Amino acid sequence: MFGLILRRLMLAILTLIIVSIIVFLAVEALPGDMATAYLGRDATPESLANLQEEFGLNRPAVTRYFDWFGGVIQGDLGDSLVRRKPVTELIGNRLRNTVVLAVASSLIGIPLAIFLGVMTGLMRDRLPDIIISTISIFAMTLPEFVTGTILIFVFAIRLKWFPAITTVATDAKITELIPNIWLPIITLTLVMMAHILRLVRTSMIDVMVSDYINMARLKGVPAWRIVWRHALPNAMLPTINIVALTIAWLLGGVVIIEAVFNYPGIGTLMINGISDRDLALVQGIAIILATIYILVNLAADIATLLLNPRLRTAIAQG
Amino acid sequence: MSNLVDIKDLTIGYHTKYGRLVHVLRNVNLTIKKGETLGLVGESGCGKSTLGQAMMGFLRSGSKILSGSVNYDGINMFSLSPRELEALRGKRIALIPQNAGQSLTPTLRCGKQIEEALELNANITGQAAKDRVVELFTQVRLPSPEEMVSRYPHELSGGQQQRVAVAMALAGEPDMLVLDEPTTGLDVTTQAHILDLMRAIVDDLGTAMMYISHDLGVIARVSDRVAVMYAGEVVEDANVSQLFRSPSHPYARGLLESIPRLTLSGIPKSMPGQPPLPGTLSGCHFEPRCSFATDQCRTESPGLNDIQTDGKSHLVRCHHAEEISKQDFSQDLKAGVQQIVKTISEETALDLNGVDITYFNPDFVDRLLGKKEPPLTVSGVNLNVKRGETVALVGESGSGKSTIVRAISGLLPSKGGAIQFEDFDLTVSVDDRPMDLRKRIQMIFQNPDASLNPRQSVKELLDQPLKLYYPSMPASEREARMKELLQRVRLSERYLNRYPGQMSGGEKQRVAVARAFAADPEVVLCDEVTSALDVSVQAAVLDLLADLQKEHGTTYIFITHDLAVVRAFADRVAVLYQGRLCEVGTVEEIYSAPFHPYTETLLGAALEPNPDVAPKLIGGDTPESSPPAQGCPFQRRCPVRVGSICDEEMPAWQTPEGAVNHKIRCHIPVNELIQIQLEPA
Repeated sequence: MFGLILRRLMLAILTLIIVSIIVFLAVEALPGDMATAYLGRDATPESLANLQEEFGLNRPAVTRYFDWFGGVIQGDLGDSLVRRKPVTELIGNRLRNTVVLAVASSLIGIPLAIFLGVMTGLMRDRLPDIIISTISIFAMTLPEFVTGTILIFVFAIRLKWFPAITTVATDAKITELIPNIWLPIITLTLVMMAHILRLVRTSMIDVMVSDYINMARLKGVPAWRIVWRHALPNAMLPTINIVALTIAWLLGGVVIIEAVFNYPGIGTLMINGISDRDLALVQGIAIILATIYILVNLAADIATLLLNPRLRTAIAQG
Repeated sequence: MSNLVDIKDLTIGYHTKYGRLVHVLRNVNLTIKKGETLGLVGESGCGKSTLGQAMMGFLRSGSKILSGSVNYDGINMFSLSPRELEALRGKRIALIPQNAGQSLTPTLRCGKQIEEALELNANITGQAAKDRVVELFTQVRLPSPEEMVSRYPHELSGGQQQRVAVAMALAGEPDMLVLDEPTTGLDVTTQAHILDLMRAIVDDLGTAMMYISHDLGVIARVSDRVAVMYAGEVVEDANVSQLFRSPSHPYARGLLESIPRLTLSGIPKSMPGQPPLPGTLSGCHFEPRCSFATDQCRTESPGLNDIQTDGKSHLVRCHHAEEISKQDFSQDLKAGVQQIVKTISEETALDLNGVDITYFNPDFVDRLLGKKEPPLTVSGVNLNVKRGETVALVGESGSGKSTIVRAISGLLPSKGGAIQFEDFDLTVSVDDRPMDLRKRIQMIFQNPDASLNPRQSVKELLDQPLKLYYPSMPASEREARMKELLQRVRLSERYLNRYPGQMSGGEKQRVAVARAFAADPEVVLCDEVTSALDVSVQAAVLDLLADLQKEHGTTYIFITHDLAVVRAFADRVAVLYQGRLCEVGTVEEIYSAPFHPYTETLLGAALEPNPDVAPKLIGGDTPESSPPAQGCPFQRRCPVRVGSICDEEMPAWQTPEGAVNHKIRCHIPVNELIQIQLEPA
C-alpha cells in the first residue's frame, strides 16, 4: 500500500515540475517581457533597461526559472508588476470564492448526477431514462454562456428570483456570496451533469446484469436492497475518477461562467491577468491550477484504492 | 415417496428480432423426489441452464412459457407474484451458481452476504446470525471459518468461493438445491472435494438436488438419476447405473463414447455434425447425426418411452431404443477408441535446460523500499522434446504450465537457464526473433472467442499469417492454401466468409488450429485447447490435431488439466507443481506405480464417467498461492512427508528400475514409492 501511494506521489511531483517548466517556457516564449508590458508606450531603451535590471529580467532564463520555482515551493509566487502586489495576495480571496462556488456546485451537482444516473440505469430505455438522458446531453452540448444567459434572462430578469450578476466585493463574507451563487451553480450543474450521469448509468447497467446481482435476486433479496447494497457500491467505483476530474475542473476556475456572472473568482482574475499581460500573475495562477488538478486526481486514485477491496488486497500483497 | 418437483410438458421459447419463434425447451417432463439428486447433462445450447432457471421461477428476459408448468411441492412457480417468488427463493429452493467468484458481491464481506441470506430466509439476525455463519462455514469445510467471515470474495480461492456459495444456499435450509455447473472451472482436486461435500450435505440434510453439468464424470459422481438433454428435449432419463452401463439413446451413447478415459489410451470416437435448433425438425432431432436412423426417424418424432432395464424405469426418446439397449456398451466403447500410430524421431525439437521464470520485476520504488524477491514462479525445469512428440504439461492452476509455454513462445522473458530450438536461443523475446523462427513455432490458445478477432472473417484471419510468413505468395495461391487449410480442419470453403460470431465453439477452435497451421509450423504450443469445448467436439479436435501431427511430424507441447485427455493424446507427460517438475515419463509410466505423491493425488481426484469408480481424495484441496522458498515444492500438501528434509532440500531425480526416461523427484526411495498406496484423508 505504502509503496503504491509513494509511487503515485512521486509521479505527482514529477508532473508538477514538468508543468512548472512548461508554464515558465510558455510565458518566456511570449514576445516582449514584463518590463515592456509594464511600460507600454512610455518605454524608452533606458527605462526598459533600468526596469529589467531592477526585476532581474536580464539574468539567464534558467536562473530565473529556479528563482521562481524555488519561490513557488515556499509559497511565494512572486510579485505582480502590473498590480504592484504579491501574487499570493491577489489570488487569496479569489481562490476562496472559486472554492466556495466549486464546493457548492459539487455538493449539489454530483449527488444529483449520481442519483439520476442510477435511476436512468435502472429504467434503461424506458421513458424517464430517455427524457433525462436527452435533457442532460442537450444541457452539456449547449455552451455554458448560452445556458447562463438563458438562466439570467428567465430567473433574474423575468422572475427576479436571483441577482443577475455578482455585485459584491472580492473580499466579501461567504454569507454575502451565497445569494449570488445560485445561478452559477445551476449552470455548472447542467453543464457537468451529463458526464457523470452517463457514466453512472452505463456502470449501473453493467452491474445490474452481473452474476452477483442475479444471485442476489435468486437469493430472495428485495429489489431496493439489491440496488443499495449490492449494485451501487460496485457501480460507483469506475465513476470516482470522473467525479475527481469534475471537481478539478470546477476548482480550476470556470472562466466563462465567472465572466458571465461577473463572479470574483480565480477565473476572472486570470482573464484580467492575461489581458494586461501580468505575467507573474498568469504564471502563479497556472501553477496553482495545475497543483489542484494533480492533487484532486491523486486523491481520486487513493480513494479508488481504498474503496475497491480487490485493489486493496492486490496492493497489500505487493 | 412423493414428487417434490413436477415439470409437465414444459415448452419455453422466445421471439427473435424478426418475429420468428425459437424454442429453447420442448415438452420437457421431469420429476424429482424428496431427497433425490437428478443429474441434468447435455452439451452447450441444449437448454439445461434454462431448465435450471425455470426451476427457480426465473426466465431470461424475452423468453416465455409456451406451454406446460413447473410445480414445486404443489405450487406452480409461474403463477406466483414477484413477492411470493422472492419469499420462496432461498428459503425453499436455492441456487448454487456456476461461477461463485462472480456470483458473490465483490464489495461485501463473505460473512455479511451469508448474514443477509440468514436474515431474509431464516429470520436469524444479530449475534445469532454471526454464530450461524461460522457454523455454516464449518459445515462446508472452509478452513478457519472465523477468519473467512471477514474476508472479501476475491481473497478466497475458487474452491473456497464455491464453498461460500454453498453456505449461502444452505442458509435458508431449503428442501431443494439447483446447482448450475458449480465445479466447472475448478481444479480436479478441488472439484472432487466439493462434490464429496455436496454428497455429504445432501445425505445429512435430506435435500433434493438438480445438478446441471456437461461433465459426465461429475454427473456419475453425484447423481441418483440422470436426465440427458439434446436440442431442448429430454432424450433419456434413467437411474445413474443404468444410464452409464447401458445408455440407450444414440446421443447418450455417442456422448459417453466421446469422453477420454483414464483407463483407455487412444482418441475416443467423436460425434459428427452438430445439434439443430430445438423444434426445427419434424422427426427425431438427433436423426441427422445418428447411425441408427431409419426412414421412420425422419418423419416421426419419437416419444419418451419406458423400455425398463433391470426391472427399473428407463425412459428413452428413440424409435430403436430397445435394440440399442441390448448392444453391449463396454465393447462398443473399446472398439470406438482409435490408437495413435506414429513414429517419434530421435532428433531433439525443443530443449529446456534449468529454466527459471519470475514475474517479479522490481521498479525504482520497490528497490527503494527494499522489497524481497519472492520464490521463482518456475524453477529448474529440464525437458527434452523430440520431433513429432506430444509432451503434456499437467498440473493444477498455478502449476506454471502456461508460464512455461509463454516463455517458449517468447511472450515472457525467462530469468535463467536455456531454451533451445535447433540453433536458436528461445529465451529471446518474440519481438526479437527472426521471422522464420516465429513461423516455425506457433501457439493455439484456450479460448477461440478471445484469440480470434471477432471483426475479421475467417478469410482475413487465415490470410494474415500467410501474408506475413510468405510475403512473395500471390493472392490466388494464398486463396488456394486457405481452402486447403479449411479442408484439413474439416470445414467447408463456405466458412471463408464467416465471422467468428457465426460459428460454434468447435468450429472456431478449428479455425484457430487452421490459423496456426497456416504457418506450417514445426512446434505447436497448445494451451488448454479443448477445455472450452463440448466433449463430442473435443474428441474431434484431438483427432484433428493427431492427424495433422501425423502428416507434418509436428511437435506439440500440450497443456491441460484433464488427465484423461492426456492419456488419450500425449506421448510423454511432465507433472508440475508450483512451477517445479515432480515427475516426467511416458504416459504408461505416469499412469502406473510408482507415482510421485502429487501425481497420485491428481489421478485420485480425476472423475471417471462411471458411477462405480469413486475418486480417492488424498490430502486437502487448499491451493497455495506461491511456491515454498526451498525444499520440495509439494512439502505443504504431501500426505507422505518424510520430515524436515522435505522442507529444506529439493529432492534428487530418481529413475525406477528398468525405466529409461521415467523420473520422479521425491525423498522417498523409488522402490518404496511403488509400495505406498495413499489412503484417502
